[in-house]
Amino acid sequence: MPKNMQLTINGKPRSFDASNFSVADLVGQLNLEGKRLAIECNGEIVPRSQFAEVHLVDGDKLEIVGAVGGG
Amino acid sequence: MSDLLKIAGHSYRSRLLVGTGKYQDFAQTRAAIDASGAEIVTVAIRRTNIGQTAGEPSLLDFLPPDQFTYLPNTAGCYSADDAVRTLRLARELLDGHKLVKLEVLGDPNTLYPNMIETIAAAKVLVKDGFDVMVYCSDDPIIAKQLEEIGCCAVMPLASLIGSGMGILNPWNLQIIIANAQIPVLVDAGVGTASDAAIAMELGCQGVLMNTAIAAAGDPVRMAGAMKKAVEAGREAFLAGRMPKKLYSASPSSPSAGLISRT
Repeated sequence: MPKNMQLTINGKPRSFDASNFSVADLVGQLNLEGKRLAIECNGEIVPRSQFAEVHLVDGDKLEIVGAVGGG
Repeated sequence: MSDLLKIAGHSYRSRLLVGTGKYQDFAQTRAAIDASGAEIVTVAIRRTNIGQTAGEPSLLDFLPPDQFTYLPNTAGCYSADDAVRTLRLARELLDGHKLVKLEVLGDPNTLYPNMIETIAAAKVLVKDGFDVMVYCSDDPIIAKQLEEIGCCAVMPLASLIGSGMGILNPWNLQIIIANAQIPVLVDAGVGTASDAAIAMELGCQGVLMNTAIAAAGDPVRMAGAMKKAVEAGREAFLAGRMPKKLYSASPSSPSAGLISRT
């Protein structure tokens, strides 16, 4: 298991000092707790109810989106 | 006296749908939407700003989802795949919300829709259980095909997105309306209140706009004007206009009883 985990989040590479953490942990680390958002991991949606169960691995590509003004 | 807009099994009092983009700030967005009386508001789905301050306000704080019907859109998508992916994320974001606005663009300069990709996306989304309100060109054949695919409303452009050019082809819109069994709403191109009234007088079930309000000198005031225009146009449509004639030998005042010298 790599100690330093590399993830791509919204197109940008980011490294984390952890080898085993969940989507919920990631949301906490990014200070996004309580925000209304949707997350896709490697092209698959991670339902909010599964944030704690889905674990991330090195190289995962995530999209984290929210609602913004638009027409 | 209920003349309700019915879309995908839900009824709405307002026939004006508004976007939430291009406003000065969220307070102005909210004030304009309140003045418009709109119940359905479009939102875009975008990457969350990572590292933003935790307390930073979001659109949803100003437009609580329990007070409005959100219509997530696929603005900025140029392929069916991107549009489908965006709306699946929107459904997750909005707790299983099914009503969506599909738009797939074909050209970044004109923002003209790509109807081939739009049709492909509509098929997938309808099959996936979405209620699809679809932005489209004003081609009557395409509009009918979108209805046959199972879209819950077709939304032909009046003119190009953000152009404010008004209704350029009322004849095509009339053909689309005459052939449709589902609501037809004009989306895009409305510039001022009279454009919205004309759309409704043609028999549209509603009008969707963003820039006409947000880019007005006084957006909140224009929002109120659009509300009145949509209502007036709808009433005029239901009332049934008088026939147009080049001239009329039937003056409004009686021909009999005129004073005379003789």
